[in-house]
Amino acid sequence: MRPTKRGIAPALVIPAAIGLAFLVLPLVALVLRAPWGSIVQVVARPEVLQALLLSLGTASIATLICVLLGVPLATVLARSAEWPVLPRRLLRALITVPLVLPPVVGGVALLLLLGRRGIIGQFLYAWFHVSLPFTPAAVILAQVFVAMPFLVLAVEGALRASDRRYELAAATLGASRWHTFRRVTLPLVGPGVSAGALLCFTRSLGEFGATITFAGSFPGTTQTLPVTTYLELQHDPDAAIALSLVLLAVAVAVLVGLRDRWLPGVTG
Amino acid sequence: MKRVAILVAAVLVLAGCSAQPATTETPTPDPVALTVYAAASLTDSFADIATAFEKENPGVTVSFNFGGSSALATQIVAGSPGDVFAAASPATMKTVTDAALTASDPVVFVTNTLELVVPTGNPAGVTGLADLANPNLTIALCAAEVPCGAAAVTLLAQEGVTAAPDTLEQDVKAVLTKVELGEVDAALVYKTDVESAGDKVDGIEVPGAEKVVNQYPIAALSSSENPAVAQAFVDFVLGKSGQTILAKAGFGAPN
Repeated sequence: MRPTKRGIAPALVIPAAIGLAFLVLPLVALVLRAPWGSIVQVVARPEVLQALLLSLGTASIATLICVLLGVPLATVLARSAEWPVLPRRLLRALITVPLVLPPVVGGVALLLLLGRRGIIGQFLYAWFHVSLPFTPAAVILAQVFVAMPFLVLAVEGALRASDRRYELAAATLGASRWHTFRRVTLPLVGPGVSAGALLCFTRSLGEFGATITFAGSFPGTTQTLPVTTYLELQHDPDAAIALSLVLLAVAVAVLVGLRDRWLPGVTG
Repeated sequence: MKRVAILVAAVLVLAGCSAQPATTETPTPDPVALTVYAAASLTDSFADIATAFEKENPGVTVSFNFGGSSALATQIVAGSPGDVFAAASPATMKTVTDAALTASDPVVFVTNTLELVVPTGNPAGVTGLADLANPNLTIALCAAEVPCGAAAVTLLAQEGVTAAPDTLEQDVKAVLTKVELGEVDAALVYKTDVESAGDKVDGIEVPGAEKVVNQYPIAALSSSENPAVAQAFVDFVLGKSGQTILAKAGFGAPN
């Protein structure tokens, strides 16, 4: 501790405190208003358990897909530093768009691409009689769309922070590019991948807008926990608060798991 | 392009909540901002009513919060500021009257009935309510928690049809959008929604639907900072100009 010149300017402390309070107080209100007595009952309702299991299942598969596609994409993005400015910026922008896009817009976009009359969806329907909307697969696709950028940016950060000399050394020792990636690069950025996957999982678990737009809402098939929460809010607000707490608890558990060990590797 | 325009409109509706500018105590000519909470099925006709009302009352601007009636009732009970509530069912209005948040007793201003709706050209060849039981068709209904869903449950029970829906949407406009996009083969929406969608969908009259009448009550809210103007809006909706606009949109007269 060196509270001398390196301390934070007082002019920054007050807005920082207000900012933190703004982020934390709504959640405090949620916890204070929670119907603690009936939480177990609400969560044990069959339709809630069904929604929770559906959410956990779809979010797990979505995370797996994000890792399989996102790690290679992050590798390309990290290496794009050597590219000319324009394609490099374009690639980064394209990957970041789903992060800043309202999820409902993402859902509409998915419908226009993969819906029964969508650009690709119409052929899926005509040739294979596959219609994606209103299926659990649509829930997963919506989650992948909104969550993959989290993983890509986390892994890319880790890749950029990693020491490329190890890869060069492996190459001079005769390792193929694939072998180097598998045995040198991946272990180096392992923590980044784990962190990204966890962020990806929580974002998928909380997905609402794209899901309800692209996948609809039907108990057991597409009605995930956030959708159930929204529905409960309309006729049983206490149940909605209880469900919100469940989602909050999972999110906090994941973030606590992320702490220290992984996040510095990501941001550094 | 039309389809894109619908989507943009749908997104804007979903984005919902309008900002509420500060209001003053005195009525016209000082500017007054009125916030009206209205059921999603009233989206088009209430926009027209607002234009007519603003013309008759210079200085008044009407802004809307359209959505599923249950969600709107929840917002009002939770303390969201507003001046008027127009619900798609007496049950959702009752949530607000039970909390003693209306300035006067709610009055029914229109009625609405359900109709089958299919994408233009009826690609799945739907003929009647019984087709909703076909598991091979993609069917959308409103969730039973919102008025159009409650009406659908009543109608299906009355006609002895066990529907096989693929999605239970949060409000009637969400159902309509999915029909317009051709993502579902058939759905139950209000007659007025079929009218408002124009040639983007086809409506199929359902025998027995006339017996399941949804009543729409309206009331000024006690939280209004301009109770006189709020009541004036309610009276306007109940009056001749308001009723003409609503009848044109396909709503039935209160009975």
